[in-house]
Amino acid sequence: MHATIEVHGLRKRFGQTVALDGMSFTVSPGHVTGFVGPNGAGKSTTMRVILGLDAADEGTALVGGRPYRSLRTPLTHVGALLDAAALQPSRTARNHLLWLAHSQGLPAKRVDEVLEQVGLRSAARRRAGGFSLGMRQRLGIAAALLGDPPMLMLDEPVNGLDPEGIVWIRGLLRSLAAQGRAVLVSSHLMSEVEDTADRLVVVGRGRVVADTTVAELIAAVSRDRVRLRTTAREHATTVLSRAGATVAGADRDVITVSGLAAERVVAALTAGAVPFSEVAADRATLEEAYMELTRNAVEFRAADAEAGR
Amino acid sequence: MSAGTAPSRGGFRRLLRAEWTKFRTVRGWVLGLAIAPLVIVTLGLVAASGSHTSCGGPTDVCPATPVGPGGEAVDDRFYFVHRSLTGDGGITARVSSMTGHIRKPDVTQGARNVVDGVVPWAKAGVMVKDGTRQGSAYAATMVTGGHGVRMQYDFTQDIAGRPGGVSNGSPRWLRLTRAGDELTGYESADGRHWTVVGTARPAGLPDTVQVGFFVASPGDLTVQQADFGGSIQQSRFTEAIADFDQVAVEGETSGGAWERDDIGVTMEPDGSTPHHPGGFAQSGDTYTVTGVGDIAPLGDGQRIESTLSGLPAGLVGVIVVAVMFVTAEYRRGLIRTSLLAGPRRGRVLAAKATVIGTVTFVAGSAAAGITVVVGTRILRSNGNPVLPVNTFTELRVIAGVAALAAVSAVLAFALGALFRNSAAAVTAAVAVIIVPHVLATTSVLPVGAAQWLLRLTPAAGFAVQQSIPEYPHVISYYAPSAGYYPLAPWAGLSVLCAYAALALGLAVVRIRRRDA
Repeated sequence: MHATIEVHGLRKRFGQTVALDGMSFTVSPGHVTGFVGPNGAGKSTTMRVILGLDAADEGTALVGGRPYRSLRTPLTHVGALLDAAALQPSRTARNHLLWLAHSQGLPAKRVDEVLEQVGLRSAARRRAGGFSLGMRQRLGIAAALLGDPPMLMLDEPVNGLDPEGIVWIRGLLRSLAAQGRAVLVSSHLMSEVEDTADRLVVVGRGRVVADTTVAELIAAVSRDRVRLRTTAREHATTVLSRAGATVAGADRDVITVSGLAAERVVAALTAGAVPFSEVAADRATLEEAYMELTRNAVEFRAADAEAGR
Repeated sequence: MSAGTAPSRGGFRRLLRAEWTKFRTVRGWVLGLAIAPLVIVTLGLVAASGSHTSCGGPTDVCPATPVGPGGEAVDDRFYFVHRSLTGDGGITARVSSMTGHIRKPDVTQGARNVVDGVVPWAKAGVMVKDGTRQGSAYAATMVTGGHGVRMQYDFTQDIAGRPGGVSNGSPRWLRLTRAGDELTGYESADGRHWTVVGTARPAGLPDTVQVGFFVASPGDLTVQQADFGGSIQQSRFTEAIADFDQVAVEGETSGGAWERDDIGVTMEPDGSTPHHPGGFAQSGDTYTVTGVGDIAPLGDGQRIESTLSGLPAGLVGVIVVAVMFVTAEYRRGLIRTSLLAGPRRGRVLAAKATVIGTVTFVAGSAAAGITVVVGTRILRSNGNPVLPVNTFTELRVIAGVAALAAVSAVLAFALGALFRNSAAAVTAAVAVIIVPHVLATTSVLPVGAAQWLLRLTPAAGFAVQQSIPEYPHVISYYAPSAGYYPLAPWAGLSVLCAYAALALGLAVVRIRRRDA
């Protein structure tokens, strides 16, 4: 079977509000796809439509070539984490996964496997109501992994995780993609997905504003902008200005260089014997590019909200 | 990675298993559904233990209530003039007069206020009976005070003949013949042209029976509504006096004089003087018989379902658990997880309803079984006469109460799925299931209004616990407060089922149409 999530021309209104306005994209197997956009851009609605929870007014959403609602044991096709707080507080973590397993005809052994996988084995028989947000996220991820599905959709999975948890989930997502699964991870923060996702679907106002890879996006927006870390700031500024670059101070030991490719910056610094500890494409620009891409969406939304008052 | 699509046949079974796992893994729900039966059992047994009846007298033991061939308690008191008949044969007699006396409420304190008249179900006619023991099998053809000619047998059976009473100007001929196990009743206005009233096969009639003529006259029932709800029922003394002539017996009889028995007559406290005796007088070929009492099933007294006083309270517990079983999912957003696991939403609701219904049925069976069986035993051991019923009826009451609990749970569950709010759904379920029953059976409402409530609302389902049926040929206080429901047991339960099905149907439509 092909493990591709295909969304085509989704439109949906909630009363006067347009939630989805021709949303179209494809999530391919073998990649982590970041699904980013500001709050209210339609990420969660899109996911709910894909999962058959919400009905779109127009358009199609297919998982593995089929509508989600036609799947008989859906959790073995698509694993999803939508809301980690959706738990019966008095039910234990293990029992929460157990009823899900029973609903798909999966053995109880599988429950213990995923609990081990997400690091909740020791908390398996504790009531989920006493879990921290991070533990709930892990439990939600366990539920998504339960059916060993070829497709995964996780809505803001990093929320509430401690730094160790963030590192863990990044590794987990990459390894799931490496196994050939299609992984869609949403976030309203670019910084949360830029290290994990190799593909990006950027959305704003209910439609896709960029469908690209992280590398392409960085290349497109950073062009010749380079961040340079050096203790000899003035010396570096002089050398680089002479080489034809525009230099701006960013921080005490950091300057931003534009108009000169990174390798030429390094060559100029080396020739001028300027000490430096780091030359990197300016990561801040990825955030800026994202802001730029989605600004219209945010501004219109603010305007709508003003008008609505 | 598992990729195959499992056969959909097992789909519903998987959902059932998942919902059962959900139910049993929330301790509050399991406890709630364990406490509800405990409430029913405890309240029932405590009330039974506290109920005592004594009849005074030297032994302080109440006389045993006669039991009819069908196992039901009966009233079997009448004046019987009879002789034995072996094998086939019959009796013919003419009733030429039927009069009587009825005691009315005293106008002057302490002065008996007796007027002339016969009550509608006063009886005078011919009878074949298995001996003179109270409760033995019989068949009779008779004229009545207000219901024309009837053929009745074995207490519970009644067949209508022609209407009209008896007077000197229009006497009535009655005939009862036996051929094997079958008895046929006839009537005639002139003694020549006979009409069949009906046929009967009384239970286990022996070869030799008593054949003769009889008179009975049930008490005159009055019901007064009390000031603060409830009712005061009084049954006053009546007697009927009938003239029989042209009496002819066919077949192998004992011959000689007629034997006379005031069957079932009660004695004054001295133990030897009959209280309100019947009587017999002969003038030529005319026999004048005076009778008191009735030949009919008994409907007054405690019943096996009297032990189920804790049922409404227990049902409230059931309703709360059934509502929570679905509203908790909406409150937590867990319903989305459920629908991700089972995208066919109608089936998810059906699976949940099946689980809560089944679990409640099991709990209800245990509660009703223990309460009815043990409670009735306690009542009887405390000297309380409990109207006996056959095993089938007892099982029907127990299974019926379990079904009442189960269907109430499904209705409450469906309301929970519709309202998605615990407080609203619990209030609504209690308002439509429990409140009408309480209003109707505590006689705060007039009888008519109470009966309509128990026909139209889901509370109609409580009818399933009624163990003693209503008999059209017996005057009694057939009101909900006396334990008589306007609908038959299964009909009442069907009304509740219809409401549950409707609510569940609406809930399915709603969950299918709306975004989750």
